[in-house]
Amino acid sequence: MTSRQFNKLATRIGFWLLVAFVAIIAVFPFYYAVITSFKPSSDLFRVELWPSSWSLANYVQVFSQKSFLQAIFNSILVATSVVFIALLLGITASYALGRVRFRGRTTVLLVILGVSMFPQVAVLSGLFEVIRALNLYNNPGGLILSYTIFTLPFTVWVLTTFMRQLPMELEEAAIMDGATPWVTITKVFLPLMWPAMATTGLLAFIAAWNEFLFALTFTLTDSQRTVPVAIALLSGGSAYELPWGPIMAASVIVTVPLVILVIIFQRRIVSGLTAGAVKG
Amino acid sequence: MASVTLDKVNKVFGSTHIIKDVDLNIGNGEFVVFVGPSGCGKSTLLRLIAGLESISDGELSIGDSVVNELPPRERGVGMVFQSYALYPHMTVYENMAFGLKLAKMVKETVDDRVMATARILQLEDLLHRKPKELSGGQRQRVAMGRAMAREPRILLFDEPLSNLDASLRVQMRNEIARLHQRLESTMIYVTHDQVEAMTLADKIVVLNAGRVEQVGTPHELYQRPATKFVAGFIGSPTMNFMPARLAGHADLGCRVEVEGIGELTLPQDADRHANGEPLTLGVRPEHLRLVEANGDNAFEIVNVEYLGNEVYVYLEPKAGETLLIHRSEAPSPWRVGQRVALTPDPEHVHLFDPQDRALPATRTRAAA
Repeated sequence: MTSRQFNKLATRIGFWLLVAFVAIIAVFPFYYAVITSFKPSSDLFRVELWPSSWSLANYVQVFSQKSFLQAIFNSILVATSVVFIALLLGITASYALGRVRFRGRTTVLLVILGVSMFPQVAVLSGLFEVIRALNLYNNPGGLILSYTIFTLPFTVWVLTTFMRQLPMELEEAAIMDGATPWVTITKVFLPLMWPAMATTGLLAFIAAWNEFLFALTFTLTDSQRTVPVAIALLSGGSAYELPWGPIMAASVIVTVPLVILVIIFQRRIVSGLTAGAVKG
Repeated sequence: MASVTLDKVNKVFGSTHIIKDVDLNIGNGEFVVFVGPSGCGKSTLLRLIAGLESISDGELSIGDSVVNELPPRERGVGMVFQSYALYPHMTVYENMAFGLKLAKMVKETVDDRVMATARILQLEDLLHRKPKELSGGQRQRVAMGRAMAREPRILLFDEPLSNLDASLRVQMRNEIARLHQRLESTMIYVTHDQVEAMTLADKIVVLNAGRVEQVGTPHELYQRPATKFVAGFIGSPTMNFMPARLAGHADLGCRVEVEGIGELTLPQDADRHANGEPLTLGVRPEHLRLVEANGDNAFEIVNVEYLGNEVYVYLEPKAGETLLIHRSEAPSPWRVGQRVALTPDPEHVHLFDPQDRALPATRTRAAA
């Protein structure tokens, strides 16, 4: 083996070791959560990479709690509503911002970008008052409203970038064919914007699904909670026991659908996110 | 089918005045070509007619009605775009049917119209393909089909052939010409290519910096350009220009002095110009004669281009940078480095005044 070949091999081994390291850091906690969720409670604190005995008891316990099922339903309701509203408003707003020339367009876009950088905590108390005033406290509507507010800037920004890339002549052709702006958006642009919509929709879904702070602040009763809060508030037999098993089982239940969604859409997410970055 | 009338039409974008006082009459069934260098406003003028841009000042009529305020779909115009702008997610059929469906036509009518259009354009076998499965020429035909399916009164073409390669361009040019003979509809066509303009047009409109330089048949524009700009723009290779000086008036025209050529008696009416006034002499490459010569007045041949059927001889000019061009049928005896004397054919010489307007022919010549 010449030194050159050796160097090449060493570089490759080093590279893959690095990849393995990153993968382990990223995936191991999730892996450990999964196997923990399948352990009987007696084995919970035995450190092992592969459980010696399997049990579905944690899952049975989680699903037997009515409040948890209600929380899953609430989460699905909130997240899908947020996605739907954000995409509807995002598409129409991006048409205006990407295609219609009007005074102050750049300012509006910069404000949108600025708003998207606001930390949640900064608006928490103010938003709380707004939600109280709108009578949406302890109601999924309050969560839908607040998540939409935080998702929209990103949605609008990405969709506007994408919309601007669609050729101007396409819209003009539609105008010559007698299409109104609404027809142009729904019949011509929408079918071409699926990659961008899949991306932004999925990211909005994930954000709404994972959100904790607002969900904790704006809900009060078990029947209105979403999954992240419900998991955090899972309680054991006594105040001194943290029910790790059921918590892990619940985490897996709410994480797996997301992982599957991301795997399905990952190519589109990449192409959607980089749209506008490189002309080609 | 309809006529189009533009009356003092202006277009202003912010502080740029793009279209300046354009007056134009386009007759029913005419094939009119807007031609000019890039940035002359020809596409903007087309978009004003289409309704994609609003008219800042002036009046645009289609048929008998003023359409300034009408949206494109109510003007009865169809447009073919430079990039075709086909809807990528629709089949050829759907592309052509889109406008018809939006016009709320019943399904049978839509079907009939699309099939009839497809037959004219030989698209019948492609109706169920998506645009990405078509070749450039086929896409071009679909774009025309989409514009034609709604049976517009006027068909507009915005540089439709500039995305095609040279041989396909000639072929599509022929198809468009035949289409016009067949449909007999009014067509307005924008191009920067003077060959396309010459070959397709019933009437050419030469635009320069937002103004109409000249309107006429290809023959008129070639034979009697009204300005130096038109003279230089129409014809390939371009017309030769040489500085000249008015030397005197003659019975049937005038005498001019041209450096390197000497005094010429020309059939142009220069009565309104004073002796000694600087003029520009214009001669097309095929209207120059070369004779072998020596001495101060001779021109040197700097390049000879052989094109098979004809030969271009390039001569070092006496003034300016632009080489003079002589065109003759092949074979040609001329070689690089030879010195020659130039004789323009006085019947085919153009004179331009300092404002670049052509001097009119004398009355006798006009009558002849």
